[in-house]
Amino acid sequence: MAINFEIDLPEERLEGQLPDHKPPMTAHEVVAEANRCLYCFDAPCTAACPTSVDVPEFIRQLSTENIEGAAKTILQSNILGYSCARVCPVDVLCEGSCVYHQLNEKPIAIGRLQRHATEFALDTGLRIFTPGPDSGRRVALIGAGPASLACAFELRLLGHSCVLFEARPTPGGLNTNGIAPYKLPAADAIREVDHLLDIGGIELRMGAAVGTEVTIGELLQDFDAVFVGVGLGLDTPLSAAGAEVEGVVGAVEWIERMKLEGGYTIPGRIRSVAVIGGGNSALDVVREMVELGIENVTLVYRRDEAGMPGYGHEWVKAKQWGARGLWNTLPSAVLSENGAVTGLRCVKTRLVANEGGRASVETIAGSEFELQCEMVVAAIGQSKLTELFGAIPGLELDGGKVVIDVLSGQTANEKVFAGGDCVNGGKEVVNAAHDGKVAARGIDAYFKSLQ
Amino acid sequence: MSDLKVNFAGIKSPNPFWLASAPPTNSGAQIMRAFDEGWGGAVWKTLGQPITNVSSRFGATQYRGTRIVGFNNIELITDRPLEVNLKEITEVKKRYPNNAVIASIMVETREEWKDLIKRCVDAGADGLELNFGCPHGMCERGMGSAVGQEPRVCGDITAWAVEDSTVPVIVKLTPNVGNINLPARAAAASGARALSLINTIKSIIGVDLERGVLLPRVHELGTNGGYCGPAVKPIALFMVGQLGKDPEVNIPLSGIGGIDSWRDALEFIFLGASTVQVCTAVMHRGYRIVRDMLDGTERFMKDHGYETIDQMVGKALPSYTDWGHLDLNYEVVAEIDSELCIGCQLCVTACRDGAHDCISTVEGTRVPVVDVEQCIGCNLCHHVCPVPECLEMVEVDNGKEPMSWKAYEAALARGENPPHPGKSTHQTHF
Repeated sequence: MAINFEIDLPEERLEGQLPDHKPPMTAHEVVAEANRCLYCFDAPCTAACPTSVDVPEFIRQLSTENIEGAAKTILQSNILGYSCARVCPVDVLCEGSCVYHQLNEKPIAIGRLQRHATEFALDTGLRIFTPGPDSGRRVALIGAGPASLACAFELRLLGHSCVLFEARPTPGGLNTNGIAPYKLPAADAIREVDHLLDIGGIELRMGAAVGTEVTIGELLQDFDAVFVGVGLGLDTPLSAAGAEVEGVVGAVEWIERMKLEGGYTIPGRIRSVAVIGGGNSALDVVREMVELGIENVTLVYRRDEAGMPGYGHEWVKAKQWGARGLWNTLPSAVLSENGAVTGLRCVKTRLVANEGGRASVETIAGSEFELQCEMVVAAIGQSKLTELFGAIPGLELDGGKVVIDVLSGQTANEKVFAGGDCVNGGKEVVNAAHDGKVAARGIDAYFKSLQ
Repeated sequence: MSDLKVNFAGIKSPNPFWLASAPPTNSGAQIMRAFDEGWGGAVWKTLGQPITNVSSRFGATQYRGTRIVGFNNIELITDRPLEVNLKEITEVKKRYPNNAVIASIMVETREEWKDLIKRCVDAGADGLELNFGCPHGMCERGMGSAVGQEPRVCGDITAWAVEDSTVPVIVKLTPNVGNINLPARAAAASGARALSLINTIKSIIGVDLERGVLLPRVHELGTNGGYCGPAVKPIALFMVGQLGKDPEVNIPLSGIGGIDSWRDALEFIFLGASTVQVCTAVMHRGYRIVRDMLDGTERFMKDHGYETIDQMVGKALPSYTDWGHLDLNYEVVAEIDSELCIGCQLCVTACRDGAHDCISTVEGTRVPVVDVEQCIGCNLCHHVCPVPECLEMVEVDNGKEPMSWKAYEAALARGENPPHPGKSTHQTHF
């Protein structure tokens, strides 16, 4: 499959059971949809895109069947334009800002059009970009997720060579191991990485965990700059009593197994699953469980429906697929028999207004009840990789997030740059792609300042 | 109650909607089906000497997903035996005595014209239409538009036909001329009872970029064809209007060119046509489009108090004048309804790149503003705005007396010193 690195995904993986929710358009559909675009001046869709993809331009190119031109327009703004086309929350970004909403008409299907153009580039191995003249500078990038990939690609355009240090056996970061499969299956995420690496001059070292296989000190010594694009750490464990049983898993861990682990399945006896949390990871797991055929999938959230940090449109879809929400509910204990989960003991909560801040959650005495379930997925956050950050001299942190100069991606250590989830605490792929690009330009400016 | 019946140069028809001479009138079976749907008349696919057609023979222009905006063909006249066509004309007239059946004809020599005319009249045709319009293939053999482009030849052959015919002779004109009035006057002067226009426009519909060959492609070659369909309607309207107001062409007109709906048909009628002929729209969607043509026309007439088609013929002609008579002091400016505006700013781009740069964006809103002092009222923004009634041109009472260019020049010639008419906008942007 990949030509720039060796990887073989197991054939039998659970994610294969999930359908593509936004399947590719036919060439005819593409032209018809592209012809609907008004070609707005100073287009709101472009303004809504964190990477400022010139949406009207690429859509016009699609309308004239200039598909290569369309791919170039997208990828020159966002080299991860393929995964973004499939995973971006377009409802709140480009498509959400389409002026057709004001006319009560369907917005242009920008995501699907973008997928058509970029998938063509992947399918045909289209080579659009050439690296800049060799600068002799080398940059180490920690992590091979969207932020590092976007950064490395931009660095190559500027002539700097790159080495990506990835702890996992697969590249692509969350695109490969965390995105809901009905948006982007792992193999397609890997395909995009492969296509990106076609530019050459990017070395990918997998299974190379920084801190164990190689130290920060070595990177700082051997490279001219270091980019930190490590994302977030492990799932925050459920603190409820009795949570240390097999049937209780973290959301990120479960999603990764579902996507990548050969032969992994949900045991057949499991008919009901409780997913704890109110963020987008929780919503993803809910939808994935429902679509994998789990009969009773319940979202358990300590605040109310409106207070969920996850996207409303994702919850609407989850509900349409049959999930139910249990609001103002806090799990206090996991119930189990012989090591198998049988339910959750929960307590109802209420919100108490806080002056000038988010309401706090207060449990209601005597409101305990039991929710029957055979599996619990905790989507209540991820740890920050503080140990790694601690090893980087001079790095400044804010609540576990790396502090950078937003215009250059530079950290308090002038030789170290950062972007993506480890900086923003967990946003979209498109934000990471933008961060990576900005940091690459910051690194280039830093190199120039040394001359 | 509105009456759609027409008497077109002595040819009676239950309504003014006729099928033009073309593939939809290729056979008696087709024409009878068309009459069943409601068509008032049909001009038979042109009869003449035997020919052979090529495949393929049609091409089309598509615009942003809309198919057949324009259409062209390289088909010749009928390729069916004359005897069969004549027998079918007789049969159709027998079964549909109240519908108009016109024989379109095109031959070369005087003898051929005389013979064919007699046979068509004997077959029962209500009228003849001389095809002086076909701009491809037949003109290479000295017929069709080769005749229509030469007013003298056009007049001569018309005179033969009029002499030989006992039914009304209609002359079908080609638009492939510099001045449509000249062949029209020649035909009228030679005794033509009516004119029909336009035939198709000489065209190349497109090029197959992969093969580097003209479209439609006949093996490895292509040729120029005749252009028709919705895209040609404005050209046809112009030519009908030209003849409608020409006092030397004082005979009925049958309007042809891109008619797709009752609205299109009425525009031709308002410019002087008293019947209309349709082809491309039927080739695209079939005979049943006539149902709405009849229904829509009747409703329009009822709503506007017209009792007969004749009352509408030429209704817009008094407004058709020379540019020099237009009032230079009449002023409209663009006005944007901020409630309806969706913020696409197409008007901004259009005015900036294609007009007078007097619509701008405003900080904090996507609704643009019009600089009415600089707006020259060109109407471009109105046409690009995708929202109905959002961007309209509104009249400005500028207190000026009407003044056309001709009136202005006349005043100057009289030694007067009137103010220069029109709005002066003198902005510079760098």
